[in-house]
Amino acid sequence: MMPLRQFGSMSTSVLIARDVWKSYDDGTVTVLKGVDLDVAAGETVALCGPSGCGKSTLLHLLGALDDPDRGTVKVNGVEVKTYPDRLHLLRHQVGFVFQLHNLIPDLTLAENCLIPTLAAGIDRRTALARLNELAERTGLSHRLNHRIQKLSGGERQRTALCRALMNRPAILLADEPTGSLDEHTSSMVFELLLDVVASEGATLLMATHDRGLAERCNRLVEMHDGRIEELAYAR
Amino acid sequence: MIFFKLIVTNLYRHRIRSLISVAGIAFSVAAMLTVVSILQGAIGMFSSILSSDSQIIVFERNVSDLFFSSVPAEAVSKMAAWPMVEHANPVLFGVVSSPGHPIITCFGVTPTDARLQKATWVQGDPHSFAGQAGAVVLGSRAAEFLATSFGSTVQIGHASFRVIGILKTANGFEDGGVFMPLGAAQAFFHKEGASSVITVKLRDKDQARAFKHAVDSAFPNLIALEDEEFNRSYSQFRIIKATAWAVGGCGLLLGGLGVANTMIMSVFTRIREIAILRVSGFSHAQIAGVVFGESALVSLVGAASGLIAGAAIILGLKLVPALHGYVEATVHPTVLLAVVLLALLTGALGSLYPAVFAMRVRAVEALRFE
Repeated sequence: MMPLRQFGSMSTSVLIARDVWKSYDDGTVTVLKGVDLDVAAGETVALCGPSGCGKSTLLHLLGALDDPDRGTVKVNGVEVKTYPDRLHLLRHQVGFVFQLHNLIPDLTLAENCLIPTLAAGIDRRTALARLNELAERTGLSHRLNHRIQKLSGGERQRTALCRALMNRPAILLADEPTGSLDEHTSSMVFELLLDVVASEGATLLMATHDRGLAERCNRLVEMHDGRIEELAYAR
Repeated sequence: MIFFKLIVTNLYRHRIRSLISVAGIAFSVAAMLTVVSILQGAIGMFSSILSSDSQIIVFERNVSDLFFSSVPAEAVSKMAAWPMVEHANPVLFGVVSSPGHPIITCFGVTPTDARLQKATWVQGDPHSFAGQAGAVVLGSRAAEFLATSFGSTVQIGHASFRVIGILKTANGFEDGGVFMPLGAAQAFFHKEGASSVITVKLRDKDQARAFKHAVDSAFPNLIALEDEEFNRSYSQFRIIKATAWAVGGCGLLLGGLGVANTMIMSVFTRIREIAILRVSGFSHAQIAGVVFGESALVSLVGAASGLIAGAAIILGLKLVPALHGYVEATVHPTVLLAVVLLALLTGALGSLYPAVFAMRVRAVEALRFE
């Protein structure tokens, strides 16, 4: 693969992992084995690798949902482990999109999207303006008051994307965001994801199995057995 | 609004389970309200017997029950002669039985007693009360259940009495009781020269303190209490009240267990949702707020339903002819408030563990198992 564009220097990295180790089940299963990774601001990075190689775990650590056993994780230059207000990271700096949309089925599309603004205490008027902006950009304006059960798979994933971006996070972490969609919808949703991330000026780190999608990112990172084995530039 | 919807949504999602919890609280509240109100009503009726046209009750010190109190006749005559006293009426309480009726309250009173004077005489009159040996006056309810009538003879305890009057009173105890001339009652109960209590009316209410002091000095073995004081301190009343709250409390405890069960299931069945709320930036307090909100809603709806049901039960009991006059349920606003607060507290306690569990849900673990 030929590197077409190298993003960011170490000084502008918004996500940094240094010698990160993580195990589960009382240390019997080691998922991450000394991972080093830097993601620059505005970069779109695909994290590829087989199931169980540690992609999701790395995303969770970089998203401040968990702490490494060893090593350092920094978000926007701040070490997560010692960050006093982790909620602030979750509310304002990091957004998550998962393989399963993880929406609350009994709420409407709009209500699901407004949850992060409720958590962050953002006033309703501002929240609704932001919702309308994102819904328009993702083509969901006509579905705002529909319950999640009434939405298609693609619409649900777009809703999850809207929810993740509601509080204007600088970083979007996506764990197989198109994994549950058919090929056509997957491609459409991914295109939208890249488009929205670019227009928001956000950074994207996405775990995926899909090499085709991964190669549309600025950078592709290979993971295998808890290690980053190769840093390949997708284009 | 969304926060409230998060609360309501989950209750609606499992509506049968939620309804069962609401019913648990409602039954508990209804039971508590009914028991407490009826017993408070009974206490009120009993205390109204004592405080009929009087402000102070004098009885033997350190007796656990007024039926065991013995006040000498000389105390009555001395107190009646004190300038501050308008009148002092001795009353002897006794419990008798008749065929088919193991407990009938008997009042040994003087002809001038306010209970007789204020009652509505259905047959006979207060003047006929004095001086007739072997005669009794019955409350109308007592006449009914003893199946006797004016002028006939009725078997009470070990003796027969002629019915010389039937009176009607709003007080269930009095309406279901037997009134005897004090002397006859003393002879019947082998308490010659004694009464259970003296009910005292003062010329000036402000002299109550002086009167109590005078009783303490003149009759060390007697105690004088104002009506309010008596209601608060009489051990029997305290036991009844404590029992009522304990029974009601047990009911609420069961209701609380129902809420706890519901809330535990509620949390367990939506760990994933809780994880998503965490990832979306919900704090521990906000997560706990959702759980406590659910339990508060269940408790409030349950308490409201319980209050309506309890009021209906009380009303129903009052309408039962056999209980007429006995069930004078008094629902104090403080009781209502206490019952609702207890229901909320029960709900909160019931959701304590589920809330702590929900707060401890680790998003990363819940999300690992997609």
